Amino acid sequence: MMLAALILLPLALVPVAWLAPWYRVRSWLLPLAGTIHLLLVVLALGNVPDAAPGEWIGLDPLSRLVLLVASPLYLGCALYAVDYLEMRRERGNRTMVPCLLLFLSALSMAAMSRHLGLMWLALETTTLASAPLIYFNRNRLSIEATWKYLLICSVGIALAMLGLLFFAYAALRGGVPVSLLLSDLLAAGPVLSRPWLHAGFVLLLVGFGTKMGLAPLHAWKPDAYGEAPGLVGALLAGGLTSLAFLAVLRTMQVMAAAGAQGVARPLLLGLGLLSLLLAALFMMRQGDFKRMLAYSSIEHMGLLAVGVGIGGLATFGALLHMINNSLAKGCLFLSAGNIHRAFASKRLADVRGALVALPFSGALFLTAFLAVTGTPPFGIFLSEFTILRGIFGAGQLWVGLAVLVLLATVFIGMGASVLAVSQGEPTERDLAFTDRFLLVAPPLLLLLAVLFLGLYIPESLRLLLEQAQALVEGGT
Amino acid sequence: MTELSNLCLLLVILVNFFALGSSRLGACIHAVALQGAVLALLPLATHGLSVHTLLLAAGALALKGILIPWLLLRAIREVRIRREMEPLIGFVPTLLLGALATAGAFIFADLLPLIDAHQGGLFIPTSLATLFAGFLLLISRRKAITQVVGYLILENGIFIFGILLAEAMPLMVEAGVLLDLLVAVFVMGIVLDQINREFSTLDTEQLSALKE
Repeated sequence: MMLAALILLPLALVPVAWLAPWYRVRSWLLPLAGTIHLLLVVLALGNVPDAAPGEWIGLDPLSRLVLLVASPLYLGCALYAVDYLEMRRERGNRTMVPCLLLFLSALSMAAMSRHLGLMWLALETTTLASAPLIYFNRNRLSIEATWKYLLICSVGIALAMLGLLFFAYAALRGGVPVSLLLSDLLAAGPVLSRPWLHAGFVLLLVGFGTKMGLAPLHAWKPDAYGEAPGLVGALLAGGLTSLAFLAVLRTMQVMAAAGAQGVARPLLLGLGLLSLLLAALFMMRQGDFKRMLAYSSIEHMGLLAVGVGIGGLATFGALLHMINNSLAKGCLFLSAGNIHRAFASKRLADVRGALVALPFSGALFLTAFLAVTGTPPFGIFLSEFTILRGIFGAGQLWVGLAVLVLLATVFIGMGASVLAVSQGEPTERDLAFTDRFLLVAPPLLLLLAVLFLGLYIPESLRLLLEQAQALVEGGT
Repeated sequence: MTELSNLCLLLVILVNFFALGSSRLGACIHAVALQGAVLALLPLATHGLSVHTLLLAAGALALKGILIPWLLLRAIREVRIRREMEPLIGFVPTLLLGALATAGAFIFADLLPLIDAHQGGLFIPTSLATLFAGFLLLISRRKAITQVVGYLILENGIFIFGILLAEAMPLMVEAGVLLDLLVAVFVMGIVLDQINREFSTLDTEQLSALKE
């Protein structure tokens, strides 16, 4: 009941948002939906038991984790959206608000579905709902970004569908009833036909990896993140990528149940390392600070893949990293959006002295950069440290060293750009834009959450992470 | 019933070749509409009459055979573009590649560990060949609308595979998949319109400002 409300409530608000004649009311529907969603999530986490086998919609530790991170992020972005849309009245919000509400509904469904077909459906819906959001600025560049995003992600997710069908064929060939219910697939694990299972995994990894933005499937990411408004970038980089990661973890669950982790892990590890390498290279000479954030997202997706690819403690670290990354990305994109708005440019050549011009947004941007590159005491330091400990603990010395070197490279490359943006004398003296409460408070809260997770991990969260890790690794 | 489904599948392959070799966009869209309509027959031909197959067939016919092609035809009428000029890979080479891939799909399908009922059938090779034809169209053409046609053919290939596994995809999910496809093409249609307004062409070569 409560779970159904998480999906249906935002969906019910879509027509309301579309029909409501008042601009401000439409904007305020977003925080309304976000607040109710967060309240319901908190209630559901405490009260709703884990899903029984055979249920289509239900919770398990993995979906709890994803909801726990996506819901606060969404609320933060929704609050930010109120003032952002107020500032950009000329663009209208009759497309933006319904699409964002639909996005929330699909996000909840993707997080909670126990049927892989249903999960696929929800993921595809998130793509479709976010495409008009990327096109918000209606210029040539945003058209190009939207087209690439739509086409690449649609083809990617179509391949994922084929992968799901291969999983189903593996069951057919194994002589068990065909079903894409997660509980059925996990139970049938040992008899699934190996060739189909392996081929299906590769297709699923390509499909969901495209949505995650793992190299070399990341082509849409810098364009989409660069052209989309900051709050959409925050939702994509923090929310959508976590959902895609969840989908990858679901396929890992099936692989683990079939005892085929040995096939799956090296593939993930390879893609992860490649993503880290590519992000580090492109970060070095990046002249556009929003595109730079996209490469930062690719880097962190790579870290997640490496963590799960190694397994054990590194998987635990990766799950923790998913939470930290989402929250930090939220802060980073929202504050970058403010700077972009104020200077009306995102080229490093045009933007200087953000700290002086926008004391709050500038400081947030700089601090969020420190947080996202793994500076203590922020949470990302802890989760990256855990992943690295996991890698070295598993005896993968060279992988560990490579990750360390690449992380350092990213720090240097990103640092150069961020410092160029925030320090110095402002290029523009009188900015039309000034920090507003709702444009600064949400990123600040997200940043504080990352800081909190770096200082203290509540016992209940640690337990949840351990259960989730056990799920990914094939426990019950 | 096997004859009927085999006939349908052969028709699907012919449509693939037609789409790969034709430079007229209108003809391409009509071909995809025909392919969609033929696909709608397949669930009935393979699984017999039941509520599930009837609804699936009706849905596929309505969306793949009628609604989506109509959307695309409307899009090209508005932008007044008739032909695919200067594809990235010429028409003859794409046809040859398509033929090679189709032959490859048939050989490859023989090597796959299929269950006995599917051994030697046309379903799996046709599905793979269609998938590849769609992919080829997607990467070898410049006009945005031909890329959408390629995407549709690719989806059709997956649909053929899905028919073999009707139990895996309950009706609700299948309906959702079709609906998502419709919305995807609808959104792509809107973007097409915007591309045309902004650039006065549907050439995706124009979409190259964003790069490192």
